[in-house]
Amino acid sequence: MERIPILKIGDVLLVSIQIDLQDRDVLALQEDLSEQICDTGARGVVIDISAVDIVDSFIGRMFATIASTSRLFDATTVVVGMRPAVAITLVELGLTLGNVRTALNLEKGLAILRQIGGTRSDVLGRADDDQPVDR
Amino acid sequence: MTVAAGRDDGISGLLRSSARSLTERWVELTAAPLRGRVSRAELERELGELFEAFLAAVETGSRDVDDEAYAEVRALLSELSRRRARAGFTPTETATGVFSLKRAVFEVIEGDEGAGIAELVTVSQLLDALGLWTFEAYAKAREEVIDEQAAQLLELTTPVVKLWDGVLAVPLVGTLDSGRTQVVMEKLLESLVNTGAEHAIIDITGVLAVDTQVAQYLLKTATAARLMGAECTISGIRPHIAQTIVELGIEFGDITTKASLADALLHALRRSGVDVVRGRTGR
Repeated sequence: MERIPILKIGDVLLVSIQIDLQDRDVLALQEDLSEQICDTGARGVVIDISAVDIVDSFIGRMFATIASTSRLFDATTVVVGMRPAVAITLVELGLTLGNVRTALNLEKGLAILRQIGGTRSDVLGRADDDQPVDR
Repeated sequence: MTVAAGRDDGISGLLRSSARSLTERWVELTAAPLRGRVSRAELERELGELFEAFLAAVETGSRDVDDEAYAEVRALLSELSRRRARAGFTPTETATGVFSLKRAVFEVIEGDEGAGIAELVTVSQLLDALGLWTFEAYAKAREEVIDEQAAQLLELTTPVVKLWDGVLAVPLVGTLDSGRTQVVMEKLLESLVNTGAEHAIIDITGVLAVDTQVAQYLLKTATAARLMGAECTISGIRPHIAQTIVELGIEFGDITTKASLADALLHALRRSGVDVVRGRTGR
């Protein structure tokens, strides 16, 4: 069984799926990913599925599961590069992935995370730098 | 005058002996209702070929038009009907081509004492069968024309246009059916991937009626676009379509709908961070 690599860039974990996923790959990925988020304290997870042509309901649910799991670690999940055929299939399967953020490509997905993460660290930075001066 | 050979019932001899006068009379009879839309020379060539093939088939002794012997006759007839159908001739004008040979043959038999009722019936049956064949080929050719036009219409009426950097729109016009809506859906999603646009607007100002299935497709398109990371707005819903949608109990959920394409464009621009401000010279 192949393990899907999880790459760490700054505080973002990048998962690029390049193979046809089997159910056990999906389970292994979910497991690996939650461990990695916990270990690295990542604030964002990007799942790139631009090379995925075929999905089933199991894979569709994987996105929702990963999103919910990573939310527990306060990390945002963005699914990027979904192909039209895949999107249509998921809609036909009734999986609208309401709690998953999506972006057209990796660049835009990272931009979304930067937007969320950026404001967050700004607030933190101000709290560290400004408040002692005020008091 | 008649030559009996094998199973021959005298028809081939009859046709062969008066071949020349028959074809001439045939061309004459066929040309009249066409009123010069097919040149006489062309008609002579077409019918001459057909007569030769028919004669050859009759001489084999076969009297069944579905038989192998009539393959060439059938091919020629199909070709002829196809040409007529494409040129816009009516079914009657096309079928007359075959039935006027019957008349020509009857005229010959009338003047021939050797020929009897048996020949008359056989020729009549043969030509009736070929006439039916012509009509079928004609109908088939017309159906092909209709199919082609439907396909062209499908392609023509669903352009994806770029309204602004990162804003695509599909202006839908005419009657929406599931087939067309599906083409729109696929084209729009493809264009989103290709251009990297984050906003899509489906404008249905030109759409006269929406049924449950079409509304479902529009919803699916918007949801699929969202899954891909783009936002899809539906604009230009006519008042009575809005009423239909509510009466049908279709929920658009969290999909943005706007009254006009202008509103939808403004919405898309605001979402992508573009501010629209009137210039000083504007009023």
